[in-house]
Parts: sequence; structure tokens; C-alpha cells
Amino acid sequence: MPVSRLLKSKFGKEKVNETCFMLEIEGLAVEREERLLFSGLSVKLSAGEGLHIVGKNGAGKTTLLRALCGLTSPAAGLVKWHEQDTTEFREEFCSDLLYLGHKNANKTELNCRENLRLALGVQAISDEEISDALHKAGLGMLSHLPTRFLSQGQQRRLSLARLLLTDATLWVLDEPYVALDYKAIEWLDSILERHLNNKGLLVLTSHQALTMTATIRVLNLGEQRA
Amino acid sequence: MLWKLFSRDMTLFMHRKQDVVTVLGFFLIAVALFPLGISSDPELLKTIAPGAIWIAALFSTVLALDRLFSEDLDDGTLEQQMLMPVPIALLLLVRLVAHWVITGLPLVLLAPLMGLQFGLAFNEIVILTLSLLIGTPVLVLLGAIGAALTVGLKSSGGLVTLLLLPLYVPLLILGTSAVTSAMNGVDVTAHFSLMGAALLVSLVLSPFAVATALKITLD
Repeated sequence: MPVSRLLKSKFGKEKVNETCFMLEIEGLAVEREERLLFSGLSVKLSAGEGLHIVGKNGAGKTTLLRALCGLTSPAAGLVKWHEQDTTEFREEFCSDLLYLGHKNANKTELNCRENLRLALGVQAISDEEISDALHKAGLGMLSHLPTRFLSQGQQRRLSLARLLLTDATLWVLDEPYVALDYKAIEWLDSILERHLNNKGLLVLTSHQALTMTATIRVLNLGEQRA
Repeated sequence: MLWKLFSRDMTLFMHRKQDVVTVLGFFLIAVALFPLGISSDPELLKTIAPGAIWIAALFSTVLALDRLFSEDLDDGTLEQQMLMPVPIALLLLVRLVAHWVITGLPLVLLAPLMGLQFGLAFNEIVILTLSLLIGTPVLVLLGAIGAALTVGLKSSGGLVTLLLLPLYVPLLILGTSAVTSAMNGVDVTAHFSLMGAALLVSLVLSPFAVATALKITLD
């Protein structure tokens, strides 16, 4: 490897190029209550690639996503982001990561605006950007209401509105299409496609066949079982 | 950035004033029950005052700890916090400080009033307030470990109490005996040195212990 490239790779994100993989899962195995869900799972994703994880109920889709984020510690294997072990470089990884789980992670006593601001954590966002995102999510009229008055689908839209504002490159979404109406599904598809076009990475689970036009790799967890 | 984390908790507390009021109300009523239940003899009341106020503060703290992580776990925000690009122990330290400012500091501020109610002298009230000022953060820091360990369980409240109260004994003894010593004109430097040491140690170690406990809970 030429010295210039070595030097570059020491200094963070500059090294992003087409050939190197941004996300690498190596020999991942996860146990749940003494039961091995899957083992020897290896996947590599480069910039602009998406991965759709399918499998029957209980196959370990959610657990895989949680292990990928570092919320669940795997029985074996590791996850690398920019060629660095994510458990060692946790803060760097987390600043590039956006995870949306089954739970919407909205505080029911806060309104949409406050929730969105809290959800984006340490990222600096202006009020206009938040209004704009809420408007696009179809929540413009409801932004002053505490979220306990919102329907399931509206709460889902609110947590998905983070996708419009985040600067994370890796999106990990657990069943993002649940509770959405057909219009919202189209809206989400367009966000995800734009993210992939912008060289973002996407890992998601969904029981429905995906309707977006971008090609996305499929990983069947049932077949992975050792 | 740390300020952002701090103000997050503050915003949430502002929307949940009833929690704070409950804790304070509990403290006030618990302290007021002692004279009603025991005797109205001023000398006797003066003797039990430090113990009564400290025990009430202790139970109020445990009561408040119940809500520290449980709601965040239920609505998924705890997961999101664990994925923030900030060292988890630091994030938790900020949260615990915010929690103390909301639920512990008011107890400290009310303590002089409670002291007056029991007929304590001025310098005794000062010692009582100072002992609570150093003591209640330790109660919160230690208590958070218990709260983090039991957050996923049903009826965690009772279990937390059982786990924590034995740990609180040394602090209770130091706090109350500081006030009693002041009543008898004995030097209280030793009491405060020990409590200060407990505060520093728990300030450094507790966030790491809480982080580990929460990771186990979320695993």
C-alpha cells in the first residue's frame, strides 16, 4: 500500500473511496437465552449500498440490528466501520449511525418539535429545519401537540422525520414501514432512495416486499443458520 | 454539548412537575409525621430531629429514583441515549446531576425549615443542611446503580429499596451523628471529611457502574 494512502487512512473519513467497504460484519454470532440465533454471519457493505434483512419471526432480525449497533454484545465476531472495530471506536461509529428500533423513542409529554430536537441529540439544527421536516412528514399542523395525542402512524412519521435532518451515513431501521399508510410508504421510499444515491448506507428489516426502485441486497437469516 | 444533555433532562422534568411535587410532598409529610407519632416533648423531638429528617430524605430519594430510567426504557429513548456519540459514563453523570438538581436539591433547601420545625438551633440547622447537601448526591449516585440494575424488572421499586437501604446505612450514621455532635459541641470535621470522600468516590465510580448495569439491561 502506498504511503500516501496509509497516511490518509489514519485520518478518518477522508479515506472513503469506492473500493473499500465501509461496513464489515465478520463472523457474527448471536445467542439469545442460551439459544444460538445465527453464527458465522459475514456481510460487507460499501457506500451507497442497502441491505434488506428478511427471515421468519424469531429468526433474529432485530437482534442482528441491535448487535450491529452495539446494543447487544455478540457471542462471537465483530463489526467494523471504516475498518475500525466499532466497540473500540464507539463514539466515532455512533456519530455516523442512526438507529430506529421498534419503539419510536418519542416522549409522550413533549410535542413533535421538542421530540425531534431531542432525538437528534448533539446535532445542531435550526428551528426552520425542524418545521420543514415536520411539514414534509405531514405533521406540520400537529407540531404543537404532545405526542400522546398522535396516532400510531403519526408517531412513526415523527420518528422517521429524523431521517430528513440527520447527518448520519449509516441508517439501521427496524421495520420502518410498520403502521404507515401508502402515502407515507412512498414518502419513506423516496427518502431511502435519496440516502442511497448520496452514498449513504442502509440496513433494514421488513416483512413486506420493498416497493422502492433502488436495488438493494437481500439477506435471508433463515438460510444463515448454522 | 453537555449542556444540551443537561437541558434535555430539565425540559422533561418541567413537563413532569407532578413527580417532583410528589417527592417533596412525601418528604414534608414524612418529617411532619414524627412529632405526631412520637411525642410533642421539645427535648425528645430535638434528639430525633436529625434521624427523622435524614430518613425522610433517604426514602424520598429512593422514591424519586424509581422513575430515573424506567420510562426511558419503555419508550425506547434509553436505547437512543446509549447510541449517542458521547462516552456513556459522562452522559449518565450529566443525567444524574440533573436528577439531583431536580429531586435532591429541593430537599436540601427545605431542610432548614424542617430543622426549625423541630426547634434546632441555628448552627445545628447549618450542619444539618450541609450534611444533606453532601449526602443527597451520594444517595442519588449510589441509588442510580440500583435503579439501573432493576430497571427492566416488574415491581422494581420494592427491590430497589431492599437493595439500597443497607448501602445507605453508613451515610445515614455519618449525617445524623454530625448533627448530634454539633448539638453536643463536638467537632464535626471528621464526619464531613468522610462524607466528602464518599461523594468523590461515588462521583467517579457510579457513572461507570450505572453504564455497565444499563448495558446488561439492554443486552
